Amino acid sequence: MSYPLHPDIFTDQVKLEPIRAGFGRGLKVAGNTNDKIVALCADLTESTQMHLFRDEFPDRFIQVGIAEQNLVAVASGLARAGKIPFASSYAAFSPGRNWEQIKTTIAINNQPVKIIGSHAGVSVGPDGATHQMLEDIALMRVLPNMIVIAPGDSVEAEKATRAIAENGKPSYLRLAREKSPVFSVEDSPFEIGQAYVLREGYDISLIGTGAMSYQLLKAANLLSEQGINAEVIHVPTIKPLDEETILASTRRTGRIITAEEAQIKGGFGGAIAELLSEKLPTPLKRIGMQDRYGESGAPNELLDYFGLTGEKMVDVIVEFVHNTPQYHR
Amino acid sequence: MSGQLTIMQLEQKANDIREDIIRMLEAAGSGHSAGPLGLADIFSALYFNIMNIDSRNPEWEDRDVLFLSNGHTVPVQYAAMAEAGYFDKEELLTLRKLGSRLQGHPERERLPGLESTSGPLGSGLSQAAGYAYSLQYLDDSKHRFVYVVMGDGELDEGNVWEAAMFAGKYKLSQLVAIIDRNNIQIDGSTEDVMPLEDLRGKWESFGWHVLEVDGHNIESVIDAASMARAITNRPSIIIAHTIPGKGVDFMEYDYKWHGIAPNSEQAKEALKKLRTLDGKITFEGAGVE
Repeated sequence: MSYPLHPDIFTDQVKLEPIRAGFGRGLKVAGNTNDKIVALCADLTESTQMHLFRDEFPDRFIQVGIAEQNLVAVASGLARAGKIPFASSYAAFSPGRNWEQIKTTIAINNQPVKIIGSHAGVSVGPDGATHQMLEDIALMRVLPNMIVIAPGDSVEAEKATRAIAENGKPSYLRLAREKSPVFSVEDSPFEIGQAYVLREGYDISLIGTGAMSYQLLKAANLLSEQGINAEVIHVPTIKPLDEETILASTRRTGRIITAEEAQIKGGFGGAIAELLSEKLPTPLKRIGMQDRYGESGAPNELLDYFGLTGEKMVDVIVEFVHNTPQYHR
Repeated sequence: MSGQLTIMQLEQKANDIREDIIRMLEAAGSGHSAGPLGLADIFSALYFNIMNIDSRNPEWEDRDVLFLSNGHTVPVQYAAMAEAGYFDKEELLTLRKLGSRLQGHPERERLPGLESTSGPLGSGLSQAAGYAYSLQYLDDSKHRFVYVVMGDGELDEGNVWEAAMFAGKYKLSQLVAIIDRNNIQIDGSTEDVMPLEDLRGKWESFGWHVLEVDGHNIESVIDAASMARAITNRPSIIIAHTIPGKGVDFMEYDYKWHGIAPNSEQAKEALKKLRTLDGKITFEGAGVE
């Protein structure tokens, strides 16, 4: 069964919405069905869209102030008392500031705290490098017990939020600030640990996470004009990886491109490289932040500058395809 | 729950706990000596008087809970738990060994009766505050209390003061913190490494009710806990003044014993001290097996 894509994605009518908006909606819905859910924020309640939950369930919202270490450790204590805590801040601060508390009090301690890192990636824009979290995927996927999810759009973020509310495990949800294209629809599937083939092809597999999966779809369209038939895989769950779907696609195409709005070293591209080098060695190129920090600029300007748009990716992919033999054929 | 024990019996429990600490650490060959010995009286008071707990039902929903924030002192908790019947005393000798439920620092999932996993300092108060918040605001469980034991050196950590502000803001009156004020940390005296005084003033200014006790006077510790529970508009903290290494004269007050375990000669000597109550009892049966 093919993945239902939003019909307008390649038109001027493409719907744009911040991924974090889906989280805000999803948390409110989850809060309605499960009264064990509580929400904590470190002075960024509207930015992280937690205000939707706060306004609906003021008694289950906890303001901790600008104190991210306390944020997650209090959440751990709430979980011990039987609650399902969602703790939100900017990803730059949580898990950026409080990684050890997350490791000890949530991951080793195996408590079902949900860490919500908003404003991840360079698309935060003018705030610059200190606020553009690029290392969170690496930081969180290295932790045993931790589930790591980077939804592709706001519709999927809502589903992911509802899913982690009920998964009983420590979980990290990566969100972005800026509006980004909505490529999925209400009926598009989402399951933790599942990757999805958005577009079938046989010359190369383009594997993305977060909003980069949309850019890869766009790149695939442009590539077809150059006679390259690309498969596009969307991987919202970075940990645990859907090895089966990724390996099956790799066997079909024999060449891999990964894309993420994060450091490729240790990040999503790193995760795919680890998988393939152990189980199915295949030529691979990682698109993302190339071991450098971001900088100030308009969000779309930065995505373009760092080569994170479909248009910019095309040149990289074409060169890779022309210079790389196709394995497993 | 065993509120019936006399102070003398509780003191005997504390002594038994100290002996077990020495045996465990000697068998482990590494670990922290001074802190656990200094906390033995407090843990005797907690497990055999203060806390409403059931060792046969560690997840009892009406229990009081204890977060050990300075996880390196966990031998005292293991010894108290074994004494209270959470597990067999023989298991104490597996401390720090491969496959043991008694990890070098406590891990909740390994041993029923532990409320959390700790070691890296500074985050136990936050967790205890989260639990206490749940009891006070979400569960309407006014009869339960949350205790957290912290070291004094640990108060160097910024996370502690984030939690102190949080508990003060929400007036978490079911939260009772106990500071092991023994004045030592790994690199020396707390006032040399990073001065903590005015400690009482610091906590009071964060909105806490502060009590100070001699941490080796079990009756005082029990009384302070009762007073803390009676305060209904603020969190309480008991600054318990203790002697590091208490009960073993050659360890007392010596910060070098913070992070090491006794060898077999030292353990033999320590057990002799403990069994004769520091030489007050003199009979030949006080030897070591």
